[in-house]
Amino acid sequence: MINSPFVRKPASVQQVMLQVLLALVPGIAAYVWFFGAGILVQIALASAAALAGEAAMLAIRGKPKALFLGDLSAIVTAWLIALTFPPIVPWWLTVTATLLAIVVVKQLYGGLGQNPFNPAMAAFCLMIVAYPALMSQWPAAGQLDFSSQLQLIFGGARQVDAITGATPLDALRTALRAATNPDSQLHGLRASQLMDGPAYGMLGGKGGEWVALGFLLGGLWLLQRRIITWHIPGAFCLALAASAGLLWAIRPEGFASPVFHLASGGAMLGAFFILTDPVSGATTLRGKLLFAAGAGVLTFVIRAFGAYPDGVAFATLLMNLCVPLIDMNTQAPVFGHKKD
Amino acid sequence: MLRKLFKFHGGVKPQTNKTESTTQPIAQVPLPDRLVIPLHQAVGGHPRPLVAPGDKVFKGQRIGGADGSLSSAVHASTSGIVHDVVPALMPHTSGLTTLSVIIEPDGEDRWGELDKVNYRRTPPDELRDFLRDAGVVGLGGAVFPSYAKLKPGKEGRLKTLVINGAECEPFITCDDLLMRERAADMLKGIVAMRHMLQAEEVLIGIEDNKPEAVAAVQAAIAASGQSGIEAVAIPTRYPAGGAKQLIRVLTGIEVPHGRRSTDFGVQCFNVGTAYSIYEALELGRPLISRVVTVAGNVDRPRNYEVLIGTPMDHVVRQSGARPDSDRYIMGGPMMGVRLPAFGVPVVKATNCILVGSPALFPPPPPEMPCIRCGECAKACPADLAPFEMYWFSRSKNFGKAQEYHLFDCIECGCCSFVCPSHIPLVDYFRFSKSEIWARERDKEASDAARDRFEFKNFRQEREKQEKAEKLAAKAAATREKVAAEGQAGTTSAAAETPDVAAKPAAPSAEDTKRALIAAAMEKARQQKAQVAPKNTEQLSTETQADIAAIEARRAAAATPPTPDA
Repeated sequence: MINSPFVRKPASVQQVMLQVLLALVPGIAAYVWFFGAGILVQIALASAAALAGEAAMLAIRGKPKALFLGDLSAIVTAWLIALTFPPIVPWWLTVTATLLAIVVVKQLYGGLGQNPFNPAMAAFCLMIVAYPALMSQWPAAGQLDFSSQLQLIFGGARQVDAITGATPLDALRTALRAATNPDSQLHGLRASQLMDGPAYGMLGGKGGEWVALGFLLGGLWLLQRRIITWHIPGAFCLALAASAGLLWAIRPEGFASPVFHLASGGAMLGAFFILTDPVSGATTLRGKLLFAAGAGVLTFVIRAFGAYPDGVAFATLLMNLCVPLIDMNTQAPVFGHKKD
Repeated sequence: MLRKLFKFHGGVKPQTNKTESTTQPIAQVPLPDRLVIPLHQAVGGHPRPLVAPGDKVFKGQRIGGADGSLSSAVHASTSGIVHDVVPALMPHTSGLTTLSVIIEPDGEDRWGELDKVNYRRTPPDELRDFLRDAGVVGLGGAVFPSYAKLKPGKEGRLKTLVINGAECEPFITCDDLLMRERAADMLKGIVAMRHMLQAEEVLIGIEDNKPEAVAAVQAAIAASGQSGIEAVAIPTRYPAGGAKQLIRVLTGIEVPHGRRSTDFGVQCFNVGTAYSIYEALELGRPLISRVVTVAGNVDRPRNYEVLIGTPMDHVVRQSGARPDSDRYIMGGPMMGVRLPAFGVPVVKATNCILVGSPALFPPPPPEMPCIRCGECAKACPADLAPFEMYWFSRSKNFGKAQEYHLFDCIECGCCSFVCPSHIPLVDYFRFSKSEIWARERDKEASDAARDRFEFKNFRQEREKQEKAEKLAAKAAATREKVAAEGQAGTTSAAAETPDVAAKPAAPSAEDTKRALIAAAMEKARQQKAQVAPKNTEQLSTETQADIAAIEARRAAAATPPTPDA
């Protein structure tokens, strides 16, 4: 180091990633409280797989291992995979998904900072296409104790259809579609009436809404720490709520409320932890707004009209594709070239 | 009187480390054994030496004359004997040398005759020439000749004269101490500049971490009874002392890259420059010393009045450098340059000698890949996207880098300062800029060479053609002449010897050929004779000396210009 500046702010990629992990803790705590400790097993599995995959790829690529394993970015990917997958998927599915994310989506594109797609979301999409049944079995809050969760994760036989079901998001959509069918016993019921079951809480799914609140808290802390800016979560939530609210206002019997959309599924995790991934996201301020708003609208469209239980993952990947275009066309005017 | 201040985007808040060097007043440094005064210290042309080894010089005597339209004179900082005029290592990272006058002080420190000037009664052009010959240049670090900036814009008057006392770089306190101790005299310099620029108002911007300086300047303004001059405390945020950033903070105007600030009715000078203008105009003293902060890894950080040309280690010795010191940095830790040796001289650009050690300025952690977090863009005071420019610089896609406004980068170092991946972003931008300049130079050179080559071909072709035409014409003329002569000859011969008249055409073909050869040989001899004499021969010795001097200067000008600190 010969040239100025000779002083630097004590900041590092490792610190950034560590704070992201810390910010996930409240959501994880709520998850464990409502859905059992199985999620911790999944987090551990994913983390181990991520580190192993990263280490192997770094060795093959001849990169310094300690430096890049220590940056914690692989762990962040692993945790996001564990948190977006159903907590009772078999161990090999978690491991395969994590290895795909780290080896293919991240390292084959050049490693840290080079991946055009969010690794966790790419893994989610691959798995939900490859194993739609396994990826759609969600236990209700308090339904399974730890030992039966362990059995589901590591055991061979899976006769869980009887005890698990779709996510509240998925279930409500199915119910709402049924409600439009004159032959169904649900015919004519409104969303608020359909949500009167034991699977639903005050805002979204029972328990799930508290997990979402935990992620919201962690996200706000990241905002306060200036790790992320308000642009992406703000624009995402606003766009999701606005598009959901528009159709809900027009036909309340056919669509869930915007609050339900915000409190369910991966909305909060997506808004504060997934779309805010700087590597695969837009970087200019206007670009961030466009990027996140697009993801919000797409999330709603996929949730309301698509075949998959949640839309955050597909929306993220679709918007990742648009990032170069968005960034290129939203460069802010520089000093002395502003029109004011 | 609360003035509305404006904000510039970005900026950082490094640890300021300023208090240590402000506890003591500005001190004098004992005369060194030897002064090394580089002739090229400011932006613009290389001043030419006016002294030769063995000459006796007075303090303040001009030893380097301004050369060209943008250049500034250089003076002897003390009285003594010129030991030599040789290239010496200059205070720059490159480790290059520059022609310097080496003076051995006689210890008397005797001034020569000093011309003062009444700026109110002197025409502006003469005042500018006076300041050029007094060697006054910007002391904020850019060392731009001040006379060239002391011209009002097209309208003939200026809206705002901005005086830069922000001093935003950590460790540096020379402007702070100058304002505290010499506010009244500095103000006299400001009043003179205001007169030259016909400025409506004067705003002196000082970062609010220097309350003593703000108070001292305000007291001096009040005591002087001047109106329209205001000392403004501005928020402490690096790089508030960048000229463009300070103009933005005080007036709200953003001067774009490549434009003159006078086009926007603003001009900006450093407080130290204002003081040296006072010294030049009112005392007749050229710029031969400046206030220098010695800080960093020393026992007694302090400010000194240092003669230009004093070896830096001589100055640092007064403050007691600690044993683990491993480098000197000229300037602050954000934009300063690491020096190639301890003994390089203090020059007009030296606002601070920052003594470094591995403990004080540890090497940065290993460089990681960019994660596009955008911290650099948040910190950039020029509203650039450094991570994009980094990507293009790294891939040597210089066209793209320029599209992202590479040349609007002021190299303040904020991006490198905040980067969590520890990427030396500014280094990449410096590299790109120099590559682009080098390519432009190459392109210009090759364009010129191509033009020259094409013109040479064209000229040769044209000459060949002209020659051929001329020859053809001549041959035709000779042929006609010979034919006519032949005819005349035959007729006369026929008259003399009627028997020859019977075969009149027989010798004419041979004669024509012979005549042509003779004509050609004659022409060649004439050409040879024409080529021989030259106008450079038989010249007076005076003219010859002049020519030699011109050749020498041309050779000097042809050497690549040294980059400015």
